[in-house]
Parts: sequence; structure tokens; C-alpha cells
Amino acid sequence: MRPRDKAPATAGAATRRARGQAATSAERLQRLLALVPYVVSRKAVGLADTAAAFGLSERELVDDLNLLWCVELRDPDPYCPIDLSYEGGEIVVSQAESIGRPLRLAVDEASALLVALRMLADVPGLEDRSALSRLIAKLETAAGAAAAPSAQVAVQVDKPTGDAAIARIREALTRKRRVHLSYYVPGRDEATERDVDPMRLLVVDGRAYLEGWCRRAEGVRLFRLDRILGIDVLDVPASVPEEAQPVDVDQGLFRPSADDVHVTLEVSAAGRWVAEYYPCESAEELPDGWLRIRLRTPDTRWVRRLALRLGEDGRIIAPEELRAHIRDDATAALSAYANG
Amino acid sequence: MSRRKTERLLSLVVCLLSTRRYLTAEQIRQAVAGYPEQPEAFKRMFERDKEELRELGIPLETGSLSPTDGEDIGYRVERQAYELPELRLEPDEAAVLGLAARVWRSAELAGAAAGALLKLRAAGIDTDEPGADTDVRQGIEPRVATTEPAFGPLWQAVRDRRPVTFAYRAAGRSEPQTRELEPWGVVNRHGRWYVAGRDRGRDAVRVFRLSRIEGDVRFSGPPGSVTVPPDADVREVVRTWDSAPTQEHTAVLRLRPGAGYGLRRYATPAPGVPGVPGVPGDADSSPIDPWDTLTVPYSDTGRFADDVASFGADVVVADPPDLRDAVIRRLKGVLA
Repeated sequence: MRPRDKAPATAGAATRRARGQAATSAERLQRLLALVPYVVSRKAVGLADTAAAFGLSERELVDDLNLLWCVELRDPDPYCPIDLSYEGGEIVVSQAESIGRPLRLAVDEASALLVALRMLADVPGLEDRSALSRLIAKLETAAGAAAAPSAQVAVQVDKPTGDAAIARIREALTRKRRVHLSYYVPGRDEATERDVDPMRLLVVDGRAYLEGWCRRAEGVRLFRLDRILGIDVLDVPASVPEEAQPVDVDQGLFRPSADDVHVTLEVSAAGRWVAEYYPCESAEELPDGWLRIRLRTPDTRWVRRLALRLGEDGRIIAPEELRAHIRDDATAALSAYANG
Repeated sequence: MSRRKTERLLSLVVCLLSTRRYLTAEQIRQAVAGYPEQPEAFKRMFERDKEELRELGIPLETGSLSPTDGEDIGYRVERQAYELPELRLEPDEAAVLGLAARVWRSAELAGAAAGALLKLRAAGIDTDEPGADTDVRQGIEPRVATTEPAFGPLWQAVRDRRPVTFAYRAAGRSEPQTRELEPWGVVNRHGRWYVAGRDRGRDAVRVFRLSRIEGDVRFSGPPGSVTVPPDADVREVVRTWDSAPTQEHTAVLRLRPGAGYGLRRYATPAPGVPGVPGVPGDADSSPIDPWDTLTVPYSDTGRFADDVASFGADVVVADPPDLRDAVIRRLKGVLA
């Protein structure tokens, strides 16, 4: 098993584990009810593998097994419904009584998987659609009534203009080839040309990105598929350097760096979308629906363009240098109208 | 947590699953170790335990012990209702399952996805056999985030069919308003979460963006009290609400060569304007106009003026006059 597939039983459990707290009784019960069928369905399993599958230490697992073994019902006659052993590092359940099968999927559980699978089925350019639809059908059947509410949650995937880009990216990933991109950078209003060694195709919040080693920037970059103006698969093998670190998508795609400029701006009620659209460090309420936003960015050119877009619905507070640039931009633009 | 409590709950589950007939609370107290003798204390503890089992999704049944005597209530868990049905996956299906379980990794449903995966593994399914690493998984990393605090309660409301109230700040409004909604579904579109349903105050179908909900989402009715119309398609409701109106205006823009890519993508050369190639040069001394003149379709004058203004001196509106004025107004607003 690869490390990234190890999952704690629940998010709550993960949080508590991170804080060094123990699982609740309910969480542990859930785990125990899965542990018995996990072993039963595999006839015999090793302690180490099982501990890894459940995200436990071997000691914690042995404690779970002892607890299961100790269960006793007293009426009418005392008996032990569960019999197991873990001698020699191998777990064998010889009697599982009534808990030999896992519990049905709860509504939340069925929904989490089905909504995710339907989203995947929506990703353009995935050739393995048949596995997706077969799995969706099997899970719907297995979940029964618990599957119904999942129809009320949907994640729509943006269709980039033309499936051609995504098909070429998939081709480049499969054949491990370098691509040439013509890519639009809105913050600078530039169409850029660059060679990229593709690493992964990310689909984050319904938006698709190519992650790759940009040979121009000499770093890992994300390219939004809807901003790719043109793409060619080159007859050159992709060579991603050893030091290329994939983006940790769970930490958010865009993270501040130490070199960033700190920007403070205020927006009116009509400009509040700014706080939703851009990653902000803080948003503070001001009178009359105004908002004071603080953000960090490596490149302030887009903030200058944002300020022009906002007009009287925004004002840049800091840094002073940026304020001056924006006043110059607006003055230059107005003089273009005066001359025309 | 207490080990004794876990042991008691586990014994209770095994006991209720092992019986075909309904067991009274007293029979359960005798069979399961760990309950107190004192009747009131036992009753309280048993009530809490039943609630915990139900929260885990264990189908605890109550029934009368005999058809003639409706007074005496008993409990059991039917095996068929408890057990996950037999499920076999092909290697490619198992690979996709592993991918799906990662989608919610850091989001609201991450715990549920992990719980589901645990049960499926317990059913004997291996989600990560080495041979199962087929194309579908290769190089693809899907994620969905639910950073809006409203997602959790709204999903519960949709799931349990309960109405909700919340404070909502509509676009451009300076004050939030209280809304009461019968939620039909939550939809993520362009990376943003929306909830759609019937707005009770307006008696009409409405869509709300989760990031504009302020403060807590409160349930305003019991589970099951919302009826979703059978023909309601929440994806379609959100799509219609979000879609831009059709393009009905045309602007004539002058663009500095090499600038305004964001607009050029939608542009066509202006009719009747001589096709002058964009040569960089000094506009004042050049006998020919080095700027590109293009026509661009748009729908909303205000929004399009925002877009044009953002290009500053690189893009100038030639026509129509109302768009030109709107851009000038924004630029003056910057200097105000």
C-alpha cells in the first residue's frame, strides 16, 4: 500500500490524532466493526499490513484485537461470540458470529463516493469511462436507499474550450513527452510561449490544470486549461528534474511566499466579489458594506488592473508605490480618451 | 473515550444482531456486560447507546414483543438491513474507487469518503493492487474543497429534507438579509458552491452562493418537512441562474499591438476599417494608425466596461458612446 492511500477512519479521528487525542468510543466501534470483516474476507492477514490499512500502530491494532476477543454475552449462558488469534504476526478470525460482514454504507458515505465518481465521469478526456459507470452502478446497488440523496449534490467540471487540449495533455502524460504551450497570463495581459514537461493533470474544484516543469521559469507551474491558447506535443521526452516538487493540492493551489508584496485594499459592496475571487489573508468589515482586504502576491501587475476595473468601488491603501502606479495608469488611460 | 464503553457498545451490537426476536431492555441489560443495576441510570445509558448506534447508521429496529401485547417494546438489528450486500469489483473499478475517495481529501465529506472506503475494504475489496494502476488513475489528481462553513449544515439539510434560515448578502448589497429556504440541492460550478431551492419568503426558486452566507445556517423545521419537486434538476437551476445572457451588443475597440489578449480572444477585425497590421511604433509621428481596431461582442455594459477599463491605456473604446462613458467613469473613479 502506498502511503497516500492510508486513510484514518474519519476526519474527526484524523484531527484528534493530529492533536494526540484518542478516538471516541463510536469511532473505535466503527473501526472494530470493519476490522473483523476485513480479516474474515481475506482469510488471514498480517498484523503489519492490517495496522497500515487502518492507519494504526501495531500496538493499537493488538489492543483492538484483544478487545474483540474479550467480548462476552452473558445471557442465557455466558459465551464469547468472537474468536481470533494473531500468533506469529498473522491474524485469523475463527468465529465472527454476526459481525462477519461490514455495515452498510451510510448516506454520507455513499454520497461522498458517488458525487466524486460522477464528477470524474464529467472530466473530459478520460478514456476509462466504462470502469466509472460500472462502479457507479455497483455502488448504487450496494448502497440501496442510502444512494438517493447523492443526486442532490453535484460538482460540475468546466469544459475547457475544445477537448483537444485535454486530449493532447493526456497523450503527453501517457507517452511522457514535452509540450509546447501558448499560454495566456491575464494578470499581465500577455500570451506567453513556453516548453513544459507535464507532471499531472489536476482537477481542483471543477477546474482543470496542467502541472508541469516549466523550462522557461525553471520551476513547477500550474496552467489553467482554459487559458491554454495552443498546445503541441513535442517529439522530445519529458524530463522533470529530481527536485521538482508536485503541488500539495490539499494545502491549496496558491500559497504565499516570503518575497510577496503585502497589499491592502478597500472595496465597496459592489466590489466584495474580490474577496471571494482572490485568495486573501483577511477581510475586515467596514461601514456601509465596504470591506478591507489584505492579500499577498508575488506580482502586483494584476492588482493594478484590478484597481482600474474597480474604479470608484475600490481603493488601494498600501503599498504607497502601488497607489502611485495605479494613479499613473488611470491618468494615462484617460489621456488616451482625451486625445481620441 | 473509555474502553469499557466501546466494549459495551460492541457487545450490544453483537447481541442485537444475534437475536431473531425482539429483546426487551431488561433482557439486553442481562446479556450485555457493563450496564448499571439501578433502573434510572440504566435507562439513561441505554438511551444514549441506542442513539450512538443509530448515528453510526446501525439499523436498530423497535417492535412489540407479541402481537397481542403492544405495551412491551423490544429491540433487534436485522442482519439483512445491517450488512453491506455482496460487492465484487474488477481491478479497473477498484482503481477508480481509490481515485474517487481522494477527491474530498481535505473537505467536508473527507471523513465520509474514508469511512466508505474502510467498509469496502472490509468487504474484501483492495483499492490499491499494483496491477490496478490503469490509465484512468495515471497522472490525474482530482480534488474538491468545501471551504465555506455553510456547506456542512446545508448538506445535512438537503440530506434530511429540512428547511433552513441564514443571513445572505446578495451581490452589491451592503447589508445581509435573512432568508428561509427549502434546500433542494448543493452544486459546485466553476469552483464555487451554490444551494438551490424554494425561497419561502419570496415563494420562488432561488440560488444562493455559499460564500455569501454570513454566520450560521439554522434548521427551521424537522427532518422530512421539505418536499423536493420530482422534476427539479438542481444542476440545471444553478446553470440557468449563473449563465450569462446572450451577447447583444458590439463594441469597436482600439488595442495597442501586442496588448489586450483577454479581449482579442473574442474579437473579430472591425468591418470597414482598413486592416492595418499592428506595428510597434510611435503613434504620434506615424502616418498610419499602428493600433488594431477590433469588434468585440458583449452583453452587459457595466461588466464589459470593467473588463475594458482593466486594460488601462492599452485598450480604448471607439464605440458605442455609453460604453466609452462607462469606462471613463471608472478611470475617473480611480483618481477620485
